[in-house]
Amino acid sequence: MTTPDGASDVKIHVQDLAVAYSDGTESLQGITMDIYAHQINVLFGPSGGGKSTMLRTLNRLNDQADVAAQSGQILLDGENILARDYDVTQLRRRLGIVFARPVPLPMSIYENVIYGLRLAGVKDPATLDAAVERALKQAVLWDEIADRLGDNAYALSGGQQQRLCLARSLALQPEVIMLDEPTSGLDPISTFKVERTLQDLKQDYTILIVPHSVQQAARIADWAAFFLQGQLIEWGPGRQVFTAPKNKRTEEYITGRFG
Amino acid sequence: MISRQVSERIAFGVISLTAVLVILPIVGIIAYIVVEGAGAISWSFLSEMPRDGMKAGGLLPAIIGTLALTVGTAIVAVPIGLGAAIYLSEYSKDNATTRAIRIAIINLAGIPSVVYGLFGLGLFVIFLNFGTSIVAGSLTLGIMTLPVIISTAEEALRAVPQSFRLVSTSLGGTRLQTIRRVVLPQALPGIITGIILGIERAAGETAPILFTAAAFFLPKLPSSIFDQTMALPYHLFVISTQVPGMPLQIQYGTAMVLLTFVLSLNLIATLIRRYYRQKRVW
Repeated sequence: MTTPDGASDVKIHVQDLAVAYSDGTESLQGITMDIYAHQINVLFGPSGGGKSTMLRTLNRLNDQADVAAQSGQILLDGENILARDYDVTQLRRRLGIVFARPVPLPMSIYENVIYGLRLAGVKDPATLDAAVERALKQAVLWDEIADRLGDNAYALSGGQQQRLCLARSLALQPEVIMLDEPTSGLDPISTFKVERTLQDLKQDYTILIVPHSVQQAARIADWAAFFLQGQLIEWGPGRQVFTAPKNKRTEEYITGRFG
Repeated sequence: MISRQVSERIAFGVISLTAVLVILPIVGIIAYIVVEGAGAISWSFLSEMPRDGMKAGGLLPAIIGTLALTVGTAIVAVPIGLGAAIYLSEYSKDNATTRAIRIAIINLAGIPSVVYGLFGLGLFVIFLNFGTSIVAGSLTLGIMTLPVIISTAEEALRAVPQSFRLVSTSLGGTRLQTIRRVVLPQALPGIITGIILGIERAAGETAPILFTAAAFFLPKLPSSIFDQTMALPYHLFVISTQVPGMPLQIQYGTAMVLLTFVLSLNLIATLIRRYYRQKRVW
């Protein structure tokens, strides 16, 4: 299962994607790549390379940012999500995102987990209860906090908050989980828990992650894409990219010569 | 040539003194009014109609009138002010329209209150034919209160971390859902504080109600919002300047009732703010 094979299904196809912010910061140029279903797809590279922009373009969170120009196509199961009249609310339920810094909403643990479901109009208490238990179990948080779901989410530790944010995305049963440096603020044990969780989650979800280090990228990648200054330098199966990179700059980066 | 330590001490002393000087007037005003007016305060002073050309009896119609005008001001100013604040904080981009709105708000805040009174007279009393009434007074005071409510509410909305909005959006929230479920509840204490402070100012104003709502003397309580009303600030003005032989104690007693009402609103606003600031997690 950890070895990607050529037969993986393409979940998202990105074609000639270019994004530019009006203030000239981080941008993307000519990105063409695939994101495979039920795989851990890794985007790595030095900061400012366009990885976060990539994630935020995929679920169109960038719609509200100051984007000056955007072109290309993003096909989710063959459908272009950049189309002007595309239902972005529905899209964001299909592509969940977890940010670098955990941001619990100022409400109870329980209300945090079901926040997305409430927005979607789910009201049945039994359904919501079941969703909370399932999501917290998937995020490996249930055993630690099952008896205090009514507590304020800010009472949790940093590692627990991050898994709560993961559970909050999972509660919507998205198809793709995107994680933007989800372990950057976590201790090694919490990081290990999150990484192990991802291995379990890929059975049910497509994972797209920006790891917080090259080492983490190498540990978890089924597929790896190296971003440098807005360009996709190299993209392929993780094992190949990290052991026999084809591009010289990829090699220099993963061996620590820059970054 | 004085040494650096000495000049530092002198500067500290002067600056401390100016800070203490700020306390003096408020303490002085309150103390003076309580000393002069406390003797007039009694249950009958609060619950009876004025008698003997207002030289005896109570303040009931003025108290009721001020309460009615306060509630009316809130009904006018809160929905418009809150809506404008939400528009400015959550929806608007920085463009010509938004800048025009902001300039309008700043200028509204700078208009003298007697000009509001004349405007209310022209528009509400005469043109819209509401007559001198609680409605016309409430509308006038409401417009005057808008800038305070809009700017404090907008500030409270902007203080809610942007990351909450991003998270809500990323979980499939529309802008309206995000405002209703996250932004507004978090900003509410600040908004309520601003509303109370704005309305408190309106409650103590005389000039805007002078031509739009206030009556010199009424033998009975107003029975409809289209009736004239007595009001505490105008009543105080009347008995201090227009009635010869007015007992001083009644004047200061009236001032004390008005001051208590306004400062109570102030206290409530402070308590709300402190309670929620302690509870806030972010």
